[in-house]
Amino acid sequence: MKFFTCWQGKRRRQNRKFAAFSSFVHKEFLHIFRDMWTTLILLLLPVLMTVLFGFGITTEIKNGKVAVLDPSKDVATQGIVDKLATSEYFTIAYRVNTEQEIDDLFKQSKIGMAIVFNEKFYENMLHTGQAQILLLADATDPNTASMLNTYAGMLIASYQMELSKNLGTTPLQITPELRLLYNPTMKGSYSTAPGVLGLVLILICAMMTSVAIVKEKQMGTMEVLLVSPLRPITIILAKTIPYFVLSLVNLTSILLLSYFLLEVPFVGSFLLLIAVCLLYIFVALAFGILISTLVNSQLVAMLISGMVLMLPVIMLSGLLFPVNNMPLVLQWFSCVVPARWFITAIKSVMIKGAGFDAIIKEFLILLGMAVVLLGVSIKKFKNRLE
Amino acid sequence: MMTIKATELTKTFGNFTAVDHITFAVQKGEIFGFLGANGAGKTTAMRMLCGLSKPTSGEATVAGFDVRTQSEQIKKNIGYMSQKFALYENLKVWENIRLYAGIYGIKGKEIGKRIDMILEQLGFEKEKNTLVKELPLGWKQKLAFSVSIIHEPQIVFLDEPTGGVDPVTRRQFWELIYQAADRGITAFVTTHYMDEAEYCNRVSIMVDGRIDALDTPKNLKYQYNANTMDEVFHMLARKAKTAKS
Amino acid sequence: MLKANNISKKYKTVQALSHISFEVGEAEVFGIIGPDGAGKTTLFRILTTLILADEGTATVDGLDVVKDFREIRNRVGYMPGRFSLYQDLSIEENLNFFAKVFNTSVKENYDLVKDIYQQIEPFKKRRAGALSGGMKQKLALCCALIHRPTILFLDEPTTGIDPVSRKELWQMLRRLKEQGITIIVSTPYMDEASLCDRIALIQDGVFLKIDTPDNIVAQFEGTLWGVSADRMSSLLQDLRKEPGVLTAFTFGDTYHVKVDPMKIKKKELATKLEEKGYQEVEIKEIAAGIEDCFMELGVNTKMN
Repeated sequence: MKFFTCWQGKRRRQNRKFAAFSSFVHKEFLHIFRDMWTTLILLLLPVLMTVLFGFGITTEIKNGKVAVLDPSKDVATQGIVDKLATSEYFTIAYRVNTEQEIDDLFKQSKIGMAIVFNEKFYENMLHTGQAQILLLADATDPNTASMLNTYAGMLIASYQMELSKNLGTTPLQITPELRLLYNPTMKGSYSTAPGVLGLVLILICAMMTSVAIVKEKQMGTMEVLLVSPLRPITIILAKTIPYFVLSLVNLTSILLLSYFLLEVPFVGSFLLLIAVCLLYIFVALAFGILISTLVNSQLVAMLISGMVLMLPVIMLSGLLFPVNNMPLVLQWFSCVVPARWFITAIKSVMIKGAGFDAIIKEFLILLGMAVVLLGVSIKKFKNRLE
Repeated sequence: MMTIKATELTKTFGNFTAVDHITFAVQKGEIFGFLGANGAGKTTAMRMLCGLSKPTSGEATVAGFDVRTQSEQIKKNIGYMSQKFALYENLKVWENIRLYAGIYGIKGKEIGKRIDMILEQLGFEKEKNTLVKELPLGWKQKLAFSVSIIHEPQIVFLDEPTGGVDPVTRRQFWELIYQAADRGITAFVTTHYMDEAEYCNRVSIMVDGRIDALDTPKNLKYQYNANTMDEVFHMLARKAKTAKS
Repeated sequence: MLKANNISKKYKTVQALSHISFEVGEAEVFGIIGPDGAGKTTLFRILTTLILADEGTATVDGLDVVKDFREIRNRVGYMPGRFSLYQDLSIEENLNFFAKVFNTSVKENYDLVKDIYQQIEPFKKRRAGALSGGMKQKLALCCALIHRPTILFLDEPTTGIDPVSRKELWQMLRRLKEQGITIIVSTPYMDEASLCDRIALIQDGVFLKIDTPDNIVAQFEGTLWGVSADRMSSLLQDLRKEPGVLTAFTFGDTYHVKVDPMKIKKKELATKLEEKGYQEVEIKEIAAGIEDCFMELGVNTKMN
């Protein structure tokens, strides 16, 4: 009996604690809806960005990673590969033996292009006077794909000229055949949806969460909340939930827009896609919480999340400029930007239909970031004012 | 000579009449106490007089200029100080003085003289290079007042200048107001300290947007048969029809 | 109910509090009176477990402010100096929210806040940001009381509020005291001292005196005269020049002049002033108020 009343009392206490928590969440939603303009911007911004970024932006490519499948291994194939390797545009990153390997490399986004030679390439060329090369390009990033293709075509043509001159025989004909993978119509919008997701989710989760928490500090309400039975972790959790919901709304709107308006194909697993997005939202929320524990004014919170999170996302995530095109130092730096990993993973899943094994590296990196960020912010979070 | 003259001055917001046909005049060099409960319409009235908001009806001239049409000239001829906005906390004392001197169009050489004059007057010579945020509140308020009259305006508007200031500094502050008034600067003051109402030459008390009483403290106390201005204020404010909203 | 022992706190270069000790009994209204920047808010934050003191200990309701801070947070009501409610939420929403935060409901403790809440109830749908100063304070007080705290900390509840709303607020505090709630309240208004059971006068982080208001006034040393005449503005300077006059300050329509009765007599001063051309000279011996005591004590500590 005593045990029962004790248990009942405990349950009542827990119910009350949950009531406190849910009323806190309710309050957060009120804050958001009372501020009509901000809400409107937050809901419309992703839509606008998706549409605007739908127009690709041309950029020059350097150092495209290439895989070579060369069963022939003769003078001509070696000559063409050397030609590519010495140009500033290409790096021969892999030599493979099967087409399956190429497929895997593409899915893991390790290469931007693959060159496939026929068997007995040189022999055939000398006999028939012509030869074919298959160029495979990853067109999820259509700018890079078309650029790589053009350069490769030029290099092959120049090798063909040299060869004809040296041999002094009838003109030889090497025809590169291009196959665009994943995005055969070369739509710029294919890279838009992942990029905008990367940007918007950071904006809403990190920036808005940090600003909302810091606002309580600045308005003095944090003082009252701290002098209450609420634990700081409850406060934080309750404040992040509305933005979590808001980002789910945005996630839906971006995906719908991408699918119906920009006609981006969804070939991969939908569940995996959502899982990656949730993980990324988690990272962004953790970032927001961390910022809020470090600063005391809304303006600073805004600037930090803007400068430290948004800008690198735009610059380094490959949304506007391909990552391979950047100076090495910046490429290293881009490794700490969560959006870079998120975008790569999303592209793989959404457009290439890659499975979990293909994005395991990105997934683990994002998971690691989430754990570290949350750990640090929980450690930093104060029970008191100073 | 009248430096402020308001006739039937009115301001409405929708259905709500914040300032309801107030008529009064303030003489040059007078210390005029402008009292009233929170929400009685003091701030709205003061905004109109400073040329910051246009009256719905009625007339007013400040320093001889029409509040409707000549708000720019008015701003040049008044000083304004409130507890909320006064000085830049991250600037040094002398930098604040220089800044305001510049804002009010005082020329190069003259600025240096004014800075020295103000520092000497307040006994702040040692604090010349102190950041304003490091000064005690009372000192800040004294400095803010001196800065607000740096351009020798005809009128200075003081919005609760002494809130929270310690008793000794509060009195020194009023001595500064007296000195300014002796130089012919009219002081238009709001306060919640009723003993300060006694320091004014004349006092008006606003209730529900109207001026319900206007006279010298002495006459008001006599008229309401009260010992202090505090009692007078309570008698009048209780008449307010709205529940102090 | 509350015990503070030798509390000190320093912010970078500023000594905000030095060696503060005091005790507050059950259902007592204890006033901490002093100007802005004297250290009132720092003291409140230490006692409400928001910050840690550098030195000294304190217990609230028998609980240590450092060790038992969680339990203290269940029991105290705190109203910070700044208006600390959600401006974009209505009166009703604010009150409901704070009730839930403290694991209770408005219904459960309505009797405690009823008197105060009824005054703002007609506007319950209005957003807190659109309320006048007096109404905001009433709402904040309701929110601080809604979990039926045993001890209530009010940091400058009357600052910036007009005299009528101020008086109402003090009446509410007296009623809360009758319900057995201990109240620690700070204010810069000296005239509010008489409304407390006991007060501490604070300046520059030091308690100048702790006692009942009557005792503090009774302990005023020296002779105080109220002086007035026709030309008040020049009178102050002339009084200060007079030998035997120790201090002279404005107090409403008269000057409070502290004199050395061995050096000057009332009649003597009156004659001197009349010789200087003053008319309607009035000098009478008066009893000191809290403000006189504060200035006296404050001046003394500064000289030390």
